[in-house]
Amino acid sequence: MSARHPDRIERYSSATRLNHWIVAISFVLLALSGLALFHPALFWMTSLFGGGPWTRILHPFIGCFMIIAFAPLAMNLWRQNYLERRDWVWLRKIGDVVENREGALPEVGRYNAGQKLLFFTIVVCLGVLLLSGLLIWRQYFSGYFSVDLVRIGALLHAFVAFVLICAIIVHIYAAIWVKGSIRAMTRGWVSLGWAWKHHRAWFREVTKDTQQR
Amino acid sequence: MPLQSLDIVRRSATTLPSPEVRGAHTGQVAKLIDTTKCIGCKACQVACMEWNDLRDDIGVCTGHYDNPPDLSEHSWTLMRFAEYENPKGDLEWLIRKDGCMHCEDPGCLKACPSPGAIVQYANGIVDFQEENCIGCGYCITGCPFDIPRISKQDKKAYKCTLCSDRVAVGLEPACVKTCPTGAIVFGTKEDMTRHAAERIVDLKSRGFAEAGLYDPAGVGGTHVMYVLHHADQPGLYSGLPEKPKISPTVRLWKGVTKPLALLAIAATAAIGFFHYIGIGPNETDESDEQAARRELEKAP
Repeated sequence: MSARHPDRIERYSSATRLNHWIVAISFVLLALSGLALFHPALFWMTSLFGGGPWTRILHPFIGCFMIIAFAPLAMNLWRQNYLERRDWVWLRKIGDVVENREGALPEVGRYNAGQKLLFFTIVVCLGVLLLSGLLIWRQYFSGYFSVDLVRIGALLHAFVAFVLICAIIVHIYAAIWVKGSIRAMTRGWVSLGWAWKHHRAWFREVTKDTQQR
Repeated sequence: MPLQSLDIVRRSATTLPSPEVRGAHTGQVAKLIDTTKCIGCKACQVACMEWNDLRDDIGVCTGHYDNPPDLSEHSWTLMRFAEYENPKGDLEWLIRKDGCMHCEDPGCLKACPSPGAIVQYANGIVDFQEENCIGCGYCITGCPFDIPRISKQDKKAYKCTLCSDRVAVGLEPACVKTCPTGAIVFGTKEDMTRHAAERIVDLKSRGFAEAGLYDPAGVGGTHVMYVLHHADQPGLYSGLPEKPKISPTVRLWKGVTKPLALLAIAATAAIGFFHYIGIGPNETDESDEQAARRELEKAP
């Protein structure tokens, strides 16, 4: 950004946005197909994928695709999600966060503590889902493992998927809750006021950079 | 509706009762396999493939009598031959006809995610309905006896049906019909248990002090039972599990966690919704934009 827009700050490049949405769409497909096989009440969702056998066939391939698509996104965002001392203060004041009292909170960098914890939750969940998913992928892999290991894989896969789905619901809600966030991931920019209000340390950092240039 | 069975007491991935008005009022069925009478002729294997129109691949000799070497989608029953040297130093040839045990509490059915792919009839037979099978292999994960096999061709799971088609019209299973020594018998579970008890008395009188019936309680009993000369060591019979039960891992995976997890997911979404209604969105307004601009101007 050589010439900064007077009212806007770029938050996500078009490459990151595309990457995010490819992962997001994969996740939705995986959640729908996975839940369809998780609970009888949701088995009808297999129709969205062309029936039970197609759901069984597609789910693991979409999963592998998501893991590959997530890798560059994770590397891109990894360092910015390291937890700092001020993040623990933020977390201790989670009540103020929930009730929109941001004045009472420490300044936040590019990501707040909630976003950082979510990031690493996703990283860990996807790692476990990949490994447990391979264990229960009957067509190619299950035969190489003992049945006890496959059983543990099945339980872990279901449990971690449950954790991830809850985490992503929180993620989606946070984007709806904090107005201006969705635009950051669809159009790529946020307003000056948004950055100043929600990520003040980041706001100072990026505006200082552009002024020096 | 003459083709409806109306006697389905358990149905996979189904939360409400299936048509089950017809009960097994004359008693549940059982097949009793008396390993002490078995001569290892494999007529049961042949009868099974004949009745069910199955032909396994011609295999190779793997150095023992088991042929084919394992159960498959084409071999629903298999004689397993074990050579056991007893404490007296004598050789005992322990031959066990392997196949689905038709558990009263079937692990395959518990694990199956596809509605109606596995059913249990009132008479106790556990049957796969392959047209509903999605090929995930969870039945293999759930089975305590390592019985179901996925076809390499159509990716459906197959196993012994206990000749449910024959039993439904009052015939005995094909393997029972053909057994030349009477080692396989079929009837009500009650009768088979009584018959086994007589056999066990006889065996004990002949020096098999530990002879007994294999009808494992861990899976609620089975509708295929064995008379064993060494009921205290079922493992001698090519790894027959000593205390089979549905694995606690499978129970947890398929038990109370399912509704609880669904409830928790719905609750997470509901909490978000009510937060939006009760506390409301976090918006950036003109005063924030002005504050941001003031700060920019303040900096050199």
